Amino acid sequence: MEKILEAKNINKFFHDPVRIKVIEDLSFSINKGEFVSLTGKSGCGKSTLLYVLSTMDTDYEGTLLIDGEEMPKKNEGFLAKIRNEKIGFVFQFHYLINEFNVLENVMLPGLKLAKYSKQEVEHRAMEKLKMLGIDTLALKKANHISGGEKQRVAIARALINDPHIIMGDEPTGNLDKKNSDLVFDIFKQLADEFKQTLLIVTHDSSFAERTHRIIKMEDGKIIS
Amino acid sequence: MARWKQSLVAAIGVTFSITMFITLLSFMSGLNDLLDGLILNRTPHVKLYNDITPKIEQPINKLNDTNVHNFIGSVKADASRQSIYNSNAIINAIEKDPRVLGLSRKLTAQVFFNDGTIDITASIFGIDPNQETKLYHFDEYVTSGNSADLNKVNNGIILGKGLAEKLLVNIGDAVQITTSKGNIFQLKVVGIFQSGVKDFDNVQSYASINTVQKILSVPSDYITSIQVKLKDILQAPAVAAAYQQLYETDAEDIQTANSQFETGSSIRTLISYSVGITLLIVAGFGIYNILNMMIFEKMDSIAILKATGFSGKDVKSIFIYIAISIGIFGGLMGLVLGFGLSALIDQIPFNTASLPTIATYPINYNPNFYIIGIIFSFITTYFAGWFPARKASKIDPVVIIRGK
Repeated sequence: MEKILEAKNINKFFHDPVRIKVIEDLSFSINKGEFVSLTGKSGCGKSTLLYVLSTMDTDYEGTLLIDGEEMPKKNEGFLAKIRNEKIGFVFQFHYLINEFNVLENVMLPGLKLAKYSKQEVEHRAMEKLKMLGIDTLALKKANHISGGEKQRVAIARALINDPHIIMGDEPTGNLDKKNSDLVFDIFKQLADEFKQTLLIVTHDSSFAERTHRIIKMEDGKIIS
Repeated sequence: MARWKQSLVAAIGVTFSITMFITLLSFMSGLNDLLDGLILNRTPHVKLYNDITPKIEQPINKLNDTNVHNFIGSVKADASRQSIYNSNAIINAIEKDPRVLGLSRKLTAQVFFNDGTIDITASIFGIDPNQETKLYHFDEYVTSGNSADLNKVNNGIILGKGLAEKLLVNIGDAVQITTSKGNIFQLKVVGIFQSGVKDFDNVQSYASINTVQKILSVPSDYITSIQVKLKDILQAPAVAAAYQQLYETDAEDIQTANSQFETGSSIRTLISYSVGITLLIVAGFGIYNILNMMIFEKMDSIAILKATGFSGKDVKSIFIYIAISIGIFGGLMGLVLGFGLSALIDQIPFNTASLPTIATYPINYNPNFYIIGIIFSFITTYFAGWFPARKASKIDPVVIIRGK
């Protein structure tokens, strides 16, 4: 199996106000096409781990490999490029840019990558929106659509550059049951049909149970 | 990303300051040119003359006898020779000097204008009206009559306005003068001039060189000063020093003669620039504030941009781009409005008895002001944008995203 993401002996400390070890000598890997959920109690370090894995937080010890490539800790521009190209993000809060319409929001990372022309990015963005059943909203302003729709737009945005892995931080945390199920179904469909690798942090056990693999954390360590 | 209303307010700030900057400088410099023109344009850059001073070197000093001492007291100035020696040769030499734009000859006669029982003391300058017009805009100050008539009309004279009023004469009338040697002449008034300096106008008049030479009963090479106008006014002190030595006359340069004007002009310019630049810096702080606020409002957007692969550099350039857009837009508007406001001031009537050639407020449309204005608006807005942009680029997306 091809390893998309591999963490080796990750240690992470919080320095303020006192030095606390949040993640302790943690190693694991995620294979291509796996739908993994990361669960644990509040404060067990699961979100912290996710941000380390996402390359946004570089203040850690250990080695992180994405797509077999070791991530440097200093080169901000390079990490930004990695995030742009290889990682898609879905957060608890949608983080859409209100001044732009839905389509432009989805296109934004694609335009940054500049692998395709603007027309092509637009076309691809429309395809993603269609796949998620929200293509009719394409030209609406981002603050004029409902919460569930916003989260689906955020997923479309995460998908625009065909990332190696999608990372989610409580992507259903703000949604009602119906929308949570909808989002889960989308993730499931992505994993099953498109062999999309997903790593989702959640404390929703019913969500976690339906994924391929559950990584359970407690006090900065993986317990199962 | 843009907040239109705020950006517009910031742009208006820049527009206002650039407008004021342009207007202030155009107006100030127009005024400077006017005031300089009042004196400096009419003043020769280098003036050659023989000053009336007591001779330091007395003939007895040339005696090389060490056994005797001479004591000479009460040395008096010798005014017997006010004319310039060998003036024609000097004039020919100066005219060939490549630094010289032109020269005019001049001589002065102190006379009494006889008005009934009263004699009015005044001077008559003997000039070549064509050269004087060419070099010192003489005709601009001749408010009625024609300066060229000095050459055409025999014994013609142009009187200062104050003098003409005292004598109650007008063009075509005759005036009688008595020279210091007692000769009496009849002169015909061909024009009235108004220099803008009232004291001059009360005691000055102009006639052709020939006429004045006739009044003084001197030969035709008798002139008391040679007035030289240079191509570059800044060379005046050097040229004056050189001529003084070469032609053994006194020579005075314009900077020495009118140093107060130079100082006044440069201080006025300095004040206008500092006010203009202060305005721009204030506008720069406005932009800084607005961008800072924008960054606080747009934390989320900045965070997601960074999370989805925009580097700090990209974020920084977005904010600098916004700032510079504001600067360029506001600056260009300011240039247009500044030009408009200057043009408007240029239309305001400005009539003053002392300045007959001026009808409206003076404005200097120097393109340099516009170039400086746009460059400064660019620089201030760049720096006003740079600091908030750097702050935005350092935002840690993890902190924002976790905070929710």
